[in-house]
Amino acid sequence: MTAKVRVATTSLAGCFGCHMSFLDIDERILPLLDKVTFDRSPLTDLKHAGPCDVGLVEGGVCNEDNLHVLREFRKQCKVLVAVGACAINGGLPAQRNQFDVGDLLRHVYFEEPGLTRRVVPDDPELPALFDKVRPIHELVKVDYFLPGCPPPADAFWAFLSDLLEGRDPRLPPGAIRYD
Amino acid sequence: MTRPTFTLDGVAISFDEGQTIIEAARKAGVFIPFLCAHPEFPAHGSCRVCTVLVNGRAMASCTTKAADGQVVESNTAALTRDRQALVQMLFVEGNHFCPGCEKSGACTLQSLGKDLAVTSAGFAHESPTRPVDASHPDILLDFNRCILCELCVRASSDVDKKDVFALSGRGLDKHLIVNAESGRLADTGMATTDKAMSVCPVGVILWKRRGFADPIGKRPHDVESPRQRVEGKGKTS
Ligand code: SF4
Ligand code: SF4
Repeated sequence: MTAKVRVATTSLAGCFGCHMSFLDIDERILPLLDKVTFDRSPLTDLKHAGPCDVGLVEGGVCNEDNLHVLREFRKQCKVLVAVGACAINGGLPAQRNQFDVGDLLRHVYFEEPGLTRRVVPDDPELPALFDKVRPIHELVKVDYFLPGCPPPADAFWAFLSDLLEGRDPRLPPGAIRYD
Repeated sequence: MTRPTFTLDGVAISFDEGQTIIEAARKAGVFIPFLCAHPEFPAHGSCRVCTVLVNGRAMASCTTKAADGQVVESNTAALTRDRQALVQMLFVEGNHFCPGCEKSGACTLQSLGKDLAVTSAGFAHESPTRPVDASHPDILLDFNRCILCELCVRASSDVDKKDVFALSGRGLDKHLIVNAESGRLADTGMATTDKAMSVCPVGVILWKRRGFADPIGKRPHDVESPRQRVEGKGKTS
């Protein structure tokens, strides 16, 4: 038997919607699991990625932890895939790029009406925010892109099927979406 | 008398004297990717997406007149790569977040990107700061998505006779402005019945309170993409 392909997945500054859409491949996950084993992923709850064949990254980079995880994925995964609008262009979180982060924090934690405690959280456990939210190709080399918010389940399926069969992945026309 | 003819990717296309290459192709039901060309306005040649090779030379097919015996190539790997790069540059120069855009599903830029199978940003994002203008009671301007095609400028001056819009600055600084001392749309004569209201190929000039009226799957380009529109016309006429 040939060894299974190791796949890691993560969500950085994303909403896990891409992961949900991935799970929308429904029962096709069973034949997929004949060929694939999951390494670090919300599905396994492993906290660090080991050496992998494929890394699927949802979400852009908005804080130090995102960058750390992204670098781990790039280091460990032979093929890195930007999954979804946020990984590809920053998506919804990047809409804060036109504002100053300090202003935003003040607005949300000080000026919003109805706050009981007016303090900007600064626990050292919390990863520091970057001034801009960045898509992942601006920080590491990315091998493939699956656009969409989220990419449709059929895009995940077509992409992984091609990759597992050793073909250059090609999305069927209807599977390319930007929304 | 036989009509003059050119070939487009090896297919003979006949045309009427004075027609441009993209017009003749459109009439014949052959799609050449385009962005700023609008059938009701003289061609402007600003986006370069419709560039084809005419007898081996790169020319914008919206501004180049068809001529008898021309050999035109459009569907080549190199031209497709150039068009993909143009689309990518237009995306990263502005702030295009399709999932939250009222124009999604009716946007020529978005449909062009999908048609060309653009999956990546290709370049670093400029993330420009371009505040929206929500001053008008019925119209929202979201400058983040402007591709500077000038269609609204021309519609407002040539058809509406109002000169509501203008382009200002040069090169990377070029941007769309509202012609009012305050710079606000509310202080112009712009009305929702203006031609300028309906010409924007992307999601800049928007009706307030009308966003997301069509569900996904029923939006104009879900029903008929710009390519299908041209190719379908060829089949029925
Ligand atoms: S204008 Fe078009 S390309 Fe830009 S965000 Fe809106 S739908 Fe997307
Ligand atoms: S607002 Fe729309 S029509 Fe006007 S220049 Fe910008 S993209 Fe073109």
